[in-house]
Amino acid sequence: MRVIIDTGNYISAKAAQMAKPDVVAAYPITPQTTIVEGIAKYVEDGEFSGEYICVESEHSAMSACIGASAAGARTFTATSAHGLLLMHEMLHWAALARLPIVMVNVNRAIGPGWSIWADENDSVAQRDTGWLQFYCSSNQEIFDTIIQAYRLAEHKDVQLPVMVSYDGFILSHTSMPVQIPEQNEIDDFILKRVPQWKLDVDNPVTHGNIIMPKDYPSIRRAMQDAQEKALELIPEITEEWRKRFGTYHGDLVECYRCDDAEFILIAVGALGAESKVAIDELREKGRRVGLARLRVFRPFPKQAVVELAKKADLIVLDRNISVGMEGAFFSEVKAALYGSSDAKVYGYIAGLGGKDVTYKDIEAMCEKVMDGKYKGYEWYDLEGE
Amino acid sequence: MAIKDMSLEEIVLSGNAACPGCPSTMGLRIVFKALGKKTILVIPACCTSVIESLYPYTSFDVPVLNIAFEAAAAAASGVVSALRMQGREDINVVVWAGDGGTYDIGIQAMSGAFERNTNFLYICYNNQIYSNTGIQRSGATPYAAWTTTTVGGKREFSKDMGAIVRAHNIPYAATATVSYPEDLFRKVMKAKSIKGPKYIEILAPCPPGWRFSMDKTVEMGKLAVETGIWPLYEYENDKMAFNGKSKLIFEGKIERKPVEEWLKLQGRFSNLFKPQRDEERLRRIQEYVDHMWERFKQCRD
Amino acid sequence: MKKYDVVTTISYPKKGAMGKTGSWRVFKPILDKDKCIKCLRCWIFCPEGTIIRKKDDSVEIDYEYCKGCGVCANVCPVKAIVMEREAEI
Repeated sequence: MRVIIDTGNYISAKAAQMAKPDVVAAYPITPQTTIVEGIAKYVEDGEFSGEYICVESEHSAMSACIGASAAGARTFTATSAHGLLLMHEMLHWAALARLPIVMVNVNRAIGPGWSIWADENDSVAQRDTGWLQFYCSSNQEIFDTIIQAYRLAEHKDVQLPVMVSYDGFILSHTSMPVQIPEQNEIDDFILKRVPQWKLDVDNPVTHGNIIMPKDYPSIRRAMQDAQEKALELIPEITEEWRKRFGTYHGDLVECYRCDDAEFILIAVGALGAESKVAIDELREKGRRVGLARLRVFRPFPKQAVVELAKKADLIVLDRNISVGMEGAFFSEVKAALYGSSDAKVYGYIAGLGGKDVTYKDIEAMCEKVMDGKYKGYEWYDLEGE
Repeated sequence: MAIKDMSLEEIVLSGNAACPGCPSTMGLRIVFKALGKKTILVIPACCTSVIESLYPYTSFDVPVLNIAFEAAAAAASGVVSALRMQGREDINVVVWAGDGGTYDIGIQAMSGAFERNTNFLYICYNNQIYSNTGIQRSGATPYAAWTTTTVGGKREFSKDMGAIVRAHNIPYAATATVSYPEDLFRKVMKAKSIKGPKYIEILAPCPPGWRFSMDKTVEMGKLAVETGIWPLYEYENDKMAFNGKSKLIFEGKIERKPVEEWLKLQGRFSNLFKPQRDEERLRRIQEYVDHMWERFKQCRD
Repeated sequence: MKKYDVVTTISYPKKGAMGKTGSWRVFKPILDKDKCIKCLRCWIFCPEGTIIRKKDDSVEIDYEYCKGCGVCANVCPVKAIVMEREAEI
């Protein structure tokens, strides 16, 4: 075990290197670029054991990962925003083909106009692709989650791709100390990939030919079953990691000062980290408020949310907007509670396109609810208001 | 190699979903006699993705990865890398794509894979239309051809895909047609022996798409060569070499037949002949063929 | 043949995956073995693989799957194969 200090992106590259993928296929995009640069450096220095394909687009990055994974390889890629959107078709393909690809997505706003700053709309727009989705709030969590993602994706009962997201610049370009286990410890934790199907000249099968309506639903249903299995496996994997390496960031949800809380703030990613400071301040003032940082968006931790709502009313912060409705986490939290809880759910949209959200802002949003001044779903701190 | 010396092994199994007289299965049978079973096929959306037949069965006796329309060459890149990591470079990785997946939607991924020097064989079976979706124009559709999206005949000539491919300076590129199996077989064998990106484009006369009788597939490919509208060549180490009848044409030993002989047998060109001959468009097509051969000769000189 | 447990569109090779495609035929190829010169052109051009090549390079027609396209009759240099209308059903 050693500690290194580096940016979220270089920590991603480090995790990708230590996971020993056979094939990395990637294309540069701000703010993901330093990940591909980091991997390129490992390749140049002879410290990367796999093949690195510098493809000509993100669509091809995901397609190459699919080809490699279907041939039995462990694969890695990374992207952001428009790159992720260009991959969209192939994200579905990877999941339907049950290929355990691991990808980092550095959350970034979608243009036009060109915005390179943090925003969850890129990954939230991939909600229905069948990928498991994690959101990180520190560089340590980025490292740990990427490694854990392989263990989860490659589990024989999961066999689905995993996306690990974190906020552009706020995490991708900020240095933090990170504990790195030894390579042999990582090898022991991840295990070897055992493909559950593959392109094999000694056992030829055709993957993905025409499927009639009578057969199609069972393919989808199996994906749903696999996501539900992942809900059970994620806490087991994070717990095993804690026992082996000591770091822990919650399982499906990270709860912070939730005991005796009357209100629980639900936030994601770096906003979740910032919210801890706000919670500390509010607790100082004697406010009974806690934080539940959702680490996993797919599979959605429905039961965990129901448990939170037994204790407290909920305030949901979204750095995304499903235009025409509301923030995605706000919608999903309410959907999870329907029929199981009478808790009130308050919501805010904040920080779109990288707009700064400080702990003071978060405190103000919470206090507005707690003081009974909340008038309905709100876009916090819009310019000109 | 003589037809007699080709393998009896069948990779494309009988009782598949191909139309009668299909040039894709005809081509695949010949191609696999050269490739053998140690081959992984990557197939984008095209007729062949239907010919494979319905889940949970397949008419292909080699591993097949179906992939999105524009993604074949990229997916093949991944397969190639994975196999190299496994020390299985003895396996052929082959893209089998139509002209839509090659000339149009898949050209970017193909160009990228060529530029990266990917060790694979890209085969485009060119039937000059989107036939799987019911005969729409593609970048490979010839001038004046009827399709469901060029009802009065296409107004543009096709892309010169051969020139585009050659511009990547890959080690091997060739054209072929199903009508000359020895030529196609030899080219696949040659491609198989070369490391790096290889491209073979097979003219694939499509009975329902071109509107000719299903027993005439072979004849239609032959006439395309004899009229010069489909030259057979190999491009290797920066050198072009013409093959078969195209070689005789190039060397001036036989005359090209008038292109009209090829056109008049296809219902898709009937608007050139009925209700009356369209001299202007017929002239333009003949000029197009003449110019193509002029350019070839200039390149030699 | 190893079967995979994971549920995705994995398909296994099978002759006649689309059934007995011989039923598609309208015209039937009839081979005159006496005329055949064993050039194998019908065998190599058959889009279906339904011209069965024997050890001595003589051929037979697999009527179970032959779709009746007529390519074989058309490429035969000695007209050893002719197409005849299938009997009315």
